Amino acid sequence: MKEILKVLEQDARATPQQIAAMTGLSVAEVEKTLEQALAQGIILKYKALINWEKAGEERVWALIEVKVAPQREVGFDAVAERIARFPQVHTMYLVSGTYDLAVLVVARTMHEVAAFVSGKLAPLESIQSTVTHFLLKRYKEDGELLAGEERVKRLPLAP
Amino acid sequence: MTEPHLDGFISHRVTQLSPSGIRRFFDLIANMTDVISLGVGEPDIATPWHIREQAIYAIEKGYTMYTSNAGLPELRHELAKYLEKHCGVSYNPESELLVTVGVSQGLDLALRAILNPGDEVLVPDPSYVAYVPCVTLAGGQAVPIPTSSEYQFKLLPQDVEARLSPKSKALLFGYPANPTGTVMSREELSQIAHLAKKHNLLAISDEVYARLVYEGEHTCFSSLPHMKERTILLGGFSKAYAMTGWRIGYAAGPADLIQAMTKVHQYTMLCAPIVSQMAALEALKNGEDLVSEMAAEYDRRRHLIVQGLRQMGLPCPDPPGAFYAFPSIRPTGLSSEDFAQELLMEEKVAVVPGSAFGTCGEGHIRCCYAVSPTDIEEALNRMARFVSRHRNHQ
Repeated sequence: MKEILKVLEQDARATPQQIAAMTGLSVAEVEKTLEQALAQGIILKYKALINWEKAGEERVWALIEVKVAPQREVGFDAVAERIARFPQVHTMYLVSGTYDLAVLVVARTMHEVAAFVSGKLAPLESIQSTVTHFLLKRYKEDGELLAGEERVKRLPLAP
Repeated sequence: MTEPHLDGFISHRVTQLSPSGIRRFFDLIANMTDVISLGVGEPDIATPWHIREQAIYAIEKGYTMYTSNAGLPELRHELAKYLEKHCGVSYNPESELLVTVGVSQGLDLALRAILNPGDEVLVPDPSYVAYVPCVTLAGGQAVPIPTSSEYQFKLLPQDVEARLSPKSKALLFGYPANPTGTVMSREELSQIAHLAKKHNLLAISDEVYARLVYEGEHTCFSSLPHMKERTILLGGFSKAYAMTGWRIGYAAGPADLIQAMTKVHQYTMLCAPIVSQMAALEALKNGEDLVSEMAAEYDRRRHLIVQGLRQMGLPCPDPPGAFYAFPSIRPTGLSSEDFAQELLMEEKVAVVPGSAFGTCGEGHIRCCYAVSPTDIEEALNRMARFVSRHRNHQ
């Protein structure tokens, strides 16, 4: 299973035939494992990493620090799950330190981010405070450099 | 005024060297676009960032000077620990280790340090392109030991013994092997070791691919009984750490031999570049995880290329080490040189003809699979078209 996942982690488009060739497993085995992995939520989704700015679409990103009063029995989970369901929330973590939830929000305009924070996020019960940081530049996402790695040309033949 | 005849100035030793079998392919490729190259002998990735970053830091801090001839003491100490761990042999970092400018320089130093004019060095055929010329340049005589695909290009003791003469001084080999990917087992190497002892031969063992073994395990030649005292072990960072351009390697061996090599080194090279030495130190200290990750990735690509080559009808046993597949191209009826040239012209895929590595490499081509899976697949598609066309012409 892990061997298969390692191939897919680098290229989600690798076909069962290709994965089978690389891992020495049969195509049927690979297909079955992939189905299981998807069903069990080990593979969450197959999707493309897109640099939207490069595609000519401006997006505004904001990192919001949220302080939350944990609730009896459910702790942070209940409110965290409510926040996470908003489509504007790109990524979200519970963190240690001076605040509790790190919420990465993506929107088309600054106004939209502001509206989300003041209209949806801040008024939620048990939210104590929010601090919004707008992102100035993104360098790396999901392990990929956004500027891309410059390919240095190698000699075509070497001993 | 007449032009001087410059040919007359070039030494006989150099004029007698045969030109590299891949040189003219460079000229062909120079004018082509969209070539997929399986013709390289290096990883397709840049050196891991933590190593590059450490080297940048070293430059910033002003590490721009000579080091001692043998190399930075700290690097030699780390090397000794590394060899103990991965090869099971203890070398004294003060007297038995020398940091070299790649295995290439280590090889040159070893040969220059041991050879008198006419001394013979036994070299497997096929093997790395530099072995024979380096022996010649050092004044020795290279004696090829034929190997064949029938025995996975392994060195057979009877074939070695048949080519021994009173002038035989050393055996020069490297496993995992370039271009065949062959790995010799501990038992098989023990038979060679037995011969070395029996006939008082020195062994020069090029183990630059030691960390890239996918089936079985690597045996360090000097770890065999009584071999440490008659082996010059050559190793480097190029392949396992993707550091080809840093030109950094090492030689390990008995103190007297290392001292002799250091003598040549101090007059011809002085020391290996300090920045590369600093980078190598970082690789040894913090690079271990990446080595196994890279090896696992090469193993996946190895499966991919071997399967593809077999599917197009080229016999290709699993190469257990290095990052080369060495399929037979006999089904096409072409010579390896013609195959490589026509494949390049017709389908824009570069491979290296087996004949570049010795006469026994004829009938094979070397395909490096340290390239991206996407490129491997596209190269295989193109090669399959080529092979089916040339099969039909039979």
